[in-house]
Amino acid sequence: MKNWFMLALVGQDRVGIVGQITNALYRGGCNLGEASMLRLGTNFTMMMMVNTQLDESALISLIKPAADQLGLHLHLDQIEGELHPHPEPDVKIVVHGADRAGIVAQVTGELATAGLNILDLETGVGGSNEKPFYFMHIEGSATLGMETLQRALEKLKETLQGNIEINLSPLETFDL
Amino acid sequence: MILSLLTYPDPLLKQISQPVENFDDELRNFLSHLEETMRAGPGGVGIAAPQVGRFQRIAIIDVSGGKKVTKHHGRLMLINPEITDWEGFEIAREGCMSVPDYTGNVIRATHIKLTAQNERGELQQFEMEGYEARAVQHELDHLDGLLFLDRLVSRRHDLFQRKTYQQKK
Repeated sequence: MKNWFMLALVGQDRVGIVGQITNALYRGGCNLGEASMLRLGTNFTMMMMVNTQLDESALISLIKPAADQLGLHLHLDQIEGELHPHPEPDVKIVVHGADRAGIVAQVTGELATAGLNILDLETGVGGSNEKPFYFMHIEGSATLGMETLQRALEKLKETLQGNIEINLSPLETFDL
Repeated sequence: MILSLLTYPDPLLKQISQPVENFDDELRNFLSHLEETMRAGPGGVGIAAPQVGRFQRIAIIDVSGGKKVTKHHGRLMLINPEITDWEGFEIAREGCMSVPDYTGNVIRATHIKLTAQNERGELQQFEMEGYEARAVQHELDHLDGLLFLDRLVSRRHDLFQRKTYQQKK
C-alpha cells in the first residue's frame, strides 16, 4: 500500500474508542504500524501509523464518522513509513520532586544540549492537592556519550539545589 | 558450519523440546555447529537448539566476553538443563537472534541454581548470577517454546499508580 499517515485522535475517554476506530480503519482496508494509545488525564489519546491506498481526504472520510460519534478530534499527516531498525535507548533518566512549572523544560533543555535524544518520555503528577509531586521517566540515546550527559546532569543538580531528584542510569540491552 | 536460524513468527519456535538421550559423536558434532552459529550472532553469548530447528533440550552459554561481567563459568554446553532454585529479580532489556529488530524489558531472577549434563552426559551443578543467570533463563525458555516476547513487562508502567488522582470537592 502506497501511503503512510500519522493519525492522531484525542477526546474524552470512554469505552470502545480503540475498538471502533481501528475497526473503521480495518474495514477501509488500512493496515496499522506502530502506535501509541494512552489515557492522559481524562482524555484518551491515540497516535498511529496507518498504511493505506487511500489519499488524505479519503482517509479522513473513512475515520470521521466514528471520530465524530466518539467526540474525538482528528489530525492527519502524510509521513514516510517503512519497516526500520528501532534505535535502542542506552540511558534512562528518572526525575521527581515537588511539582512546579518548568521541571521538564529545565531538565530536557540541559540534557538536549548534552546530546540526549529522547525516544520515550512520560510524566505524571501524584500526591495530594496541597502537595503534588511530579515524576518523569525518560529513555533515550546519549548521542554525545554518557560522560557528557553525566556532566550536564551534575551541573543541573547544582542549579536545582536538591529540590528535584534526578538520576541517570545506563540502559544495557542483552543480546541473547 | 553456521546453521540457519528460525525467526519469529515461525510457529516452530513455540514447540517444546525433548530431552537428549544419546551423548554420541553426532551430538558433539551438532554442538560444534551450534556454537559456531551462536558466535556468529550479534550477541554471541547464548543459543538454544530449537532456534536452529532441533527440538532437543540443549543450550550453549558463554558470557565471558561481556564487558563488566565478573562472575561466570565460561563456555558451557547445557544438555537437559533444569533450574532448581531462583532468587531475586531484576528488569532488563533483552534482544534475541530469533526476534530480529525488537527488544523488550523482561523480569529475570538475579541468582539461580542449575543442573545440566555436559556433552559427555556428566551431571553438573552451577550457581549463577547476573548476566549469566539472565542468559541461561532466556535460552532455557526456548526449550519450552517461550520467547522473551511472552514475558514482556510494560515499558511504560514500571511505575504503577496506586489510585486515581481525585479532585477534592
